[in-house]
Amino acid sequence: MTAAAPLIELSGITKIYGSGEAEVRALRGVDLTIRAGEFVAIMGASGSGKSTAMNVLGCLDTPTAGTYRFEGVDVGGLDRDQRALLRRNYLGFVFQGYNLLPRTSALENVELPLIYKGLQGGERRQLAQEALEKVGLSHRAHHDPSELSGGQQQRVAIARALAGKPDVILADEPTGNLDSKRSREIMELLTELNISEKITIVMVTHEEDMASYAGRLVTFLDGSISGDKITRKAG
Amino acid sequence: MLWETVRLAVQAIFRNTLRSFLTVLGIVIGVAAVIAMVTVGQGSQQQVTADVESLGTNTLMVMPGQGGMQSGGFTADRAFTRADAEAMEEELSSVEIAAPYSMTSIAAVYGNENHFTQLAGADKSLMLAMEWKMSLGRPFTDVEEKAGRPVCVIGETIRQELFGNIDPVGETLRLKNLACEIVGVLDAKGVTSFGEDQDDLVAIPLKTFQRRIAGNDDVSLIYTTVRDGVSTERAMREIEVLLRERRRITSGEEDDFSIMDMKQFATILSGITAVLTGLLSSVAAVSLLVGGIGIMNIMLVSVTERTREIGIRLAVGAQAGQVLLQFLVEAIVLSLLGGALGIILGLALAALAANLMSIPFTPDASIVFLAFAFSAAVGVVFGYFPARRAARMDPIEALRHQ
Repeated sequence: MTAAAPLIELSGITKIYGSGEAEVRALRGVDLTIRAGEFVAIMGASGSGKSTAMNVLGCLDTPTAGTYRFEGVDVGGLDRDQRALLRRNYLGFVFQGYNLLPRTSALENVELPLIYKGLQGGERRQLAQEALEKVGLSHRAHHDPSELSGGQQQRVAIARALAGKPDVILADEPTGNLDSKRSREIMELLTELNISEKITIVMVTHEEDMASYAGRLVTFLDGSISGDKITRKAG
Repeated sequence: MLWETVRLAVQAIFRNTLRSFLTVLGIVIGVAAVIAMVTVGQGSQQQVTADVESLGTNTLMVMPGQGGMQSGGFTADRAFTRADAEAMEEELSSVEIAAPYSMTSIAAVYGNENHFTQLAGADKSLMLAMEWKMSLGRPFTDVEEKAGRPVCVIGETIRQELFGNIDPVGETLRLKNLACEIVGVLDAKGVTSFGEDQDDLVAIPLKTFQRRIAGNDDVSLIYTTVRDGVSTERAMREIEVLLRERRRITSGEEDDFSIMDMKQFATILSGITAVLTGLLSSVAAVSLLVGGIGIMNIMLVSVTERTREIGIRLAVGAQAGQVLLQFLVEAIVLSLLGGALGIILGLALAALAANLMSIPFTPDASIVFLAFAFSAAVGVVFGYFPARRAARMDPIEALRHQ
C-alpha cells in the first residue's frame, strides 16, 4: 500500500449483461475515486447501476471493461479465490436483508468472517464480543436472529462486517427494511464507526435523509455517474 | 480449520436431526444388512464345519450309485449286503468300523398319537461309529440284532411328540404293521445347521428292518470309520478295490457306488455357505449404493436450501475450496454417523439371529472396519457433486436467492 494510492479507484468501468438484443449495459464507463476515511452515499433510481457498482466494489462481480484498483492493486488481475481473500481481509458487507445465518446465535454470526481468517476459538470469540459491544448488542450475543428485531439484526450484521477490522464497509441499502427511528440509529452507528474506527463507508441508499449522514454524495443515472459532491468534510 | 469444519458439519447435521436421520437411513440399513449377512454367514459356516466335524472327520460314507448322497439311501443302483460291510471290517486294516444300515420314512404310532419320522435299520455298530449315547434304557443286545427282534430305540423328538411325560421304555411303538418294544431313548443331539433334526428318528435292528420293513436283504449305506493314523485317501482306495471285486465290476467299467469323505463334505458345505453369504452380502451392498444416492439427493436439496448461507460465506471471504470442504465434510460426517448406526444395528441383528438359529455369534473386526470405510467413501463420492455445486455458486446470485 503506497500512501499516494487512493483506497478505491474505478476507471472506465463497464458492465454488460447478456448479448445481442438482450444486451443490458448496467455500467457505462464509471470513474470513481474514494479515499480512505470517506463516508460516501450512492444514490440513483433503480436500474441506474448503483447496485452493480457496489458488487464491483465488493469484488463480488467483475467488470466487463475498465480497471478497479484497490489500494493500488489491480483487482482485475485477481482470480476468484484471491478476490475472496481481499473481501476477507479488507471489506465488510452490510445488506438490506441483513443476511444473517438462521438458527445461529448473534455471536456465531459475528464470528463467521473470523473463522475464515483462521482465528482460533478464544480469540475469535473475544473479537466477536468486542464487535457486538461496539454496536451495543453484547447482551443479545446468544440470541438467534429470529429472536432479534430488524434493527438489532442489522446491528449484528454491522458487527459481523466490523469484526474482521476491514478498511471499507460496503452497505447496500442498510436501512431499507427499517422504520425511520431504527434507520437513524443505524446511520448514527455507521457515522460513529466512520469517525472513531476510521473505516471508510460506501453506502447505497435511495433515501435523502440517510444520504445526508454521508460526507459525499454520488448520484448514478443510466449506468453513469451524474453527480458527485462533497456535502461535509470527512472527519 | 479442518476441526472447525467438522464441528460446523456436526452442528449443521444436528440442526435438523430428524431429516439427517432419514437421510442416512439408507446407509444405516445398507451397512446393517451387510454386517448382519456377513456375521451370520460366518457363524453358520463355523457351525457347519463344527457339525460335520462332530460326525468325525475320519469317517466315510459308502453308498450305491454315483449320484452322491440321496434321501433314505434308496436308489435304482444295486444295494450292498451285510456281508459287504463285514468284509470291509475283516479284510481291510484301514477300516475300524463298517456299520451297515438302511433308512426309510415311516409313521410311528403310539396309541392315538402318530408322528412321521425317519426309520433306521441299524445295529450297535452304527451307534458306536456315530457315538450315539442312551439317555434312557439300553441299546440292542446281540441276540436281538441276530434274531431280528421287534425292538427299537427312539430319538428325543419322538419321545416328546408321542410320550410327553410317560416313560417310553417298555411301551410298544407301531411302525406300519410292526409292533416293537421300546428299549431305549437316544441322547438329544439337536438340530444341524442345515435344519435337520437329528433326534427325529426311530432305530430298529438291521435284520428286523430287512425282514419286516424292506422285505429284502439290502443294505443301503455303510458308515465307515477309518482307523487312527491311516489316511482317509488310503482307506477310500482300499474300500473301492474291495467293493469292485465283491460287486464283480470289471476293469474299464465305472464304479456303481461312491465313497464320500465327510471332511470333503464339510469343505463343500462350507463352500456353499460362503458363496451364499457372498451373494446375500452383495445384494445388501447394493442397498448401500442406494443409500449413497439418498445422501446425494438430500445434500443437493440442502445446498439449494442454503444458497443464501453459501452467498453469505462467500461474501465474508470464504474461498471455493472452503465451501467445498464444508459440504463434503458434512456429507462424510453424515454417512459416517449412518455407518456407525448401521454397524450397531447390524451387529445387534446378527446377535439376535445367531441366538435364534443357535449358531455362534462371530463379529469380525475387519468387516466392521470395511463397512465404516465404505460409508466414508459413500460420503466422499456422493457428497462431492453437491459440494462442488455449492462451491461454484456465484456470490451475487446466491445472496439474491430467496
